[in-house]
Amino acid sequence: MDLKVTLGKLELKNPVMTASGTFGYGEEYSEFVDLNTLGAIVVKGISLQPMEGNPPPRICETSCGMLNAIGLQNIGVKKFLKEKLPYLRQFDTKVVVNVFGNTVQDYVRLSKTLDDAGVDAIELNVSCPNVKKGGIAFGTDKKVLGKLVAKVKKSVTNAVVITKLSPNVSSIPEFSRAAEEAGSDVISLINTIPGMAIDTETQKPKLANITGGLSGPAIKPIAVRMVWEAARSVAIPVIGIGGIVSTEDAIEFMLAGATAVQVGTGNFINPKATAEILQGIMIYLGGKGIHTVKSIVGKVCGK
Amino acid sequence: MDRYFRAKVLSNIPLNTTTYLLTLQPLEQVRKPFPGQFYMIETGSSYDPLLKRPFSYLRRTPDGIQFLYTVRGKGTHLMSGFQAERTVRIIGPLGNGYPKPGRTSTPFLIAGGTGVASIYSLAEEVAGKAYVLYGARCREDLIMLSEIKKLKKDIVCVDCTDDGSCGLKGTVVEALDKLLADDLSKIPTLMLYACGPGPMLRSLSQVALKKGLKGFVSLEENMACGFGACLGCTVKTVKGNKRVCKEGPVFPIEEIVWI
Repeated sequence: MDLKVTLGKLELKNPVMTASGTFGYGEEYSEFVDLNTLGAIVVKGISLQPMEGNPPPRICETSCGMLNAIGLQNIGVKKFLKEKLPYLRQFDTKVVVNVFGNTVQDYVRLSKTLDDAGVDAIELNVSCPNVKKGGIAFGTDKKVLGKLVAKVKKSVTNAVVITKLSPNVSSIPEFSRAAEEAGSDVISLINTIPGMAIDTETQKPKLANITGGLSGPAIKPIAVRMVWEAARSVAIPVIGIGGIVSTEDAIEFMLAGATAVQVGTGNFINPKATAEILQGIMIYLGGKGIHTVKSIVGKVCGK
Repeated sequence: MDRYFRAKVLSNIPLNTTTYLLTLQPLEQVRKPFPGQFYMIETGSSYDPLLKRPFSYLRRTPDGIQFLYTVRGKGTHLMSGFQAERTVRIIGPLGNGYPKPGRTSTPFLIAGGTGVASIYSLAEEVAGKAYVLYGARCREDLIMLSEIKKLKKDIVCVDCTDDGSCGLKGTVVEALDKLLADDLSKIPTLMLYACGPGPMLRSLSQVALKKGLKGFVSLEENMACGFGACLGCTVKTVKGNKRVCKEGPVFPIEEIVWI
């Protein structure tokens, strides 16, 4: 059975990836999952300087989902390269580094540093709803997004550039095309959807940040629709993200047009989710007599 | 030994109107927990609620692990309906647990409400003389009082209730303050180990600071995963952000920056 998929010039041994911010830098999961079996590990978003993140409470549960406002707490690129990348490099999997900054220049410097360090791909986080500057501000303006992607693309030589799109835009096809036209090798979507929850007893927001990003099975139908729209609009590969907790979820995204999938919140409820989904995909393909996983990509509409 | 495993419900007994004693039997070989460690327990088989819930273990029994929980929301409400023989998925033991009390200090264990679970697990393991200060809102909520008194140990147990229906009237911290003024002032090597609601731990830390006492607090925070990945349970410490689930839940009392 051929499970290989390609994201630009990057070949993954299978389509199962982890979603940024749900898999740390891999260490916490190594006792639950053989990291060698993953298509790729997408690490927690990295910035030039370390970041403290938001005050607690940072998460709260909602129906079939959760809100988070972690605020991109991270150790900074220097420490990442020194302490975390060597660890990840021990495994036979691709390393994708999610990056974010306050300015275009931040993204460019980060991407160049990581490209020089030999990471396999860079995922541009232009869609985090939980930080005041940067993040989503780049992902909700087509011109700004195009400029950012083009500059990053020019500054890297080997790493594949993935643009992680926000669901918080009026037209997914337009933003997908904007990323493609600016030279993005791949697009990934969706990031969390901005949301809010209020404690009726205290009459206060449940999160210290007031609003947060909604993730989990609750957002899956929205994500599937957006992946389907994106995949029809561009020629570059699309990575599907949003509420994937089971094999069926992953297959659904691939049928909608995703070449690969990222498992996020699903890892929290089942630390073995990625491995189980991969097993399930093989069983699914076997049961249908399908030999290559690529052949189900976009199958839903005969795209 | 896998920390993500399935366990069978052996019993699920109400101890008062809202608090239950849950006994789970692991269906696989599992690691032995240390006092103060916790488990993430699945509350249902659907995606609502989505996340597992963290609970300190109370004690190990010959055939399983026991937990105390109070019905507060959707998850614990579902747990109160757990029938014997049901299978649940669990992650654990998680977190650091309490450091083993040294021989030269006198452990002073302080429990508020269901924080008693974590404190009880430690009380079972302490050797030599120790104090347990156990507080709750009322007599009915002092669910582990008789069990603590049953521990065949050199343990002095002081209980207190907010309404005065049992033991001293007032909070555990007020009781501690009072004890410190009287007989405990003669013990120079007092070491605090505390678990309970946030406001209790905060005022305890103020007392500790004022009196120059050392010790440890076990914290509670919302968490999605329990094993260090989500960064949802981060607390501020004098050494920067720490994860309650991974570097904690037990922290040196002087390290916490109370917000």
